Amino acid sequence: MADESYPDDLLYHPEHDWARVEGDTATFGITWYAQDQLGEVVFFEPPAVGTEIGKDDAYTEVESVKAVSDVVAPLSGEVIEVNDELKDSPEAINDDPYGAGWMVKVRLSDDSETDGLLDAAAYRATLG
Amino acid sequence: MPAAETLKRTPLHERHVAAGARLVPFAGWEMPVQYEGIRAEHMAVRSSAGVFDVSHMGQIETRGPQAHDLLQRLVSNDVRRIPEGGAQYGLLCREDGGILDDVFTYRLAEAHFLTVTNASNHEKDLAWFQRHAADFDADVLDRLEDWAMLAVQGPQARRIVGELADGRLPRRMHVCQRTVADVPMLVAGTGYTGEDGVELLLAPDGAPAVWDALTAAGAQASGLGARDTLRLEVCFHLYGNDMDETRNPIEAGLGWVCKEDTGFIGAEAVRSARADGPAEKLVAFALTGEGIPRPGNAVVGGGVVTSGTLSPCLGAGIGMAYVPAERARPGESIEIDVRGRIRPAEVREKPLYKKETP
Repeated sequence: MADESYPDDLLYHPEHDWARVEGDTATFGITWYAQDQLGEVVFFEPPAVGTEIGKDDAYTEVESVKAVSDVVAPLSGEVIEVNDELKDSPEAINDDPYGAGWMVKVRLSDDSETDGLLDAAAYRATLG
Repeated sequence: MPAAETLKRTPLHERHVAAGARLVPFAGWEMPVQYEGIRAEHMAVRSSAGVFDVSHMGQIETRGPQAHDLLQRLVSNDVRRIPEGGAQYGLLCREDGGILDDVFTYRLAEAHFLTVTNASNHEKDLAWFQRHAADFDADVLDRLEDWAMLAVQGPQARRIVGELADGRLPRRMHVCQRTVADVPMLVAGTGYTGEDGVELLLAPDGAPAVWDALTAAGAQASGLGARDTLRLEVCFHLYGNDMDETRNPIEAGLGWVCKEDTGFIGAEAVRSARADGPAEKLVAFALTGEGIPRPGNAVVGGGVVTSGTLSPCLGAGIGMAYVPAERARPGESIEIDVRGRIRPAEVREKPLYKKETP
């Protein structure tokens, strides 16, 4: 498992999701804290490309041996790419939550929504 | 859910914290769900040995001239068949056959028994014992606080415990007094993983030293998460999931531990359920594609999943479910509604996981 980290170049949703915003698209995943709480991830099935997802809504699920958890969208948009590698190697979500463990790429529908997200320091503060 | 400060802690709590365990509330106790990871612990038990703190399990001692008669009335199995130093699995049932708990009973002496209860049912079981004890010359004693309990399970478990013990270990389904790592205890040839191994019942004070000796000797500290995946692969029932007061032993597939001729409480209800045949039966199943079934998922066309996980050994989603009796045959194709996704599955023989015998 990776060491605890919250990269400064990401935006964070209080439900433990991150977004890497690049122009009008963004990549989503779950934070180190989320994967640590979940334990070893054993199953991930991405949503279909083309799915419209809404900020604060669950857009997919991630499963450990013990439990299933919703994954919440930090921003709204349309899924334009999914990480199919995770179907065969969901452990990447534990090993590299901000890299190989990315989940979806989204074309953002409302660029003002980023104002509602947290920076790394503010997110870290929510973890206590 | 009670706040953390109201949860009971086992005598090994500090060991769990020191080992970095993830602690969760379970049946009123703060218990380790995992240390290294559920899969690593699961595989350690299948290939070598693991040690579990199961001190949350309850114990009821029954002794006196009619201790045997009291237990024969309370327990669904034939208590006469437990020899001194023997162990037996059985159920506690209501008059209508509803299952109150599943228990292990150890016969320590002719008129001296120790019954191990599920943590979530202990108070209810104790009240049930005490209520019925009034009709018998027998004493019922709550021993929950007096016993810590460790399960050492896996192909290397007996070797590890044996090297720390002052004598031979009891064979399967037997119990005896031993000293292990210089601590006196009861050693029982029982478990909940489908592996060979022993369970240790000892005074709480001695538990940390025994835990340290076992882990130093190579037993992997293992949590309730692995305990659940291990038991489900071999289709051992979990009370509260796979059976409860609304299910009778016949539909739960536990008719084999019910001996109606003994006249236990619920025997008449079980007799008629056996004669009539159940409307639903508890089956084991495996998904034939991807996905992980979970308790509460519906079986398409009728029925419900009561336990489900990803099997570390089989690499597939597995579970147990109540299904209409006509669909309970191994080989039957069923479908599980996993939160809106329909996952094909097949009813399988129990146990789902069988150890390869060379």
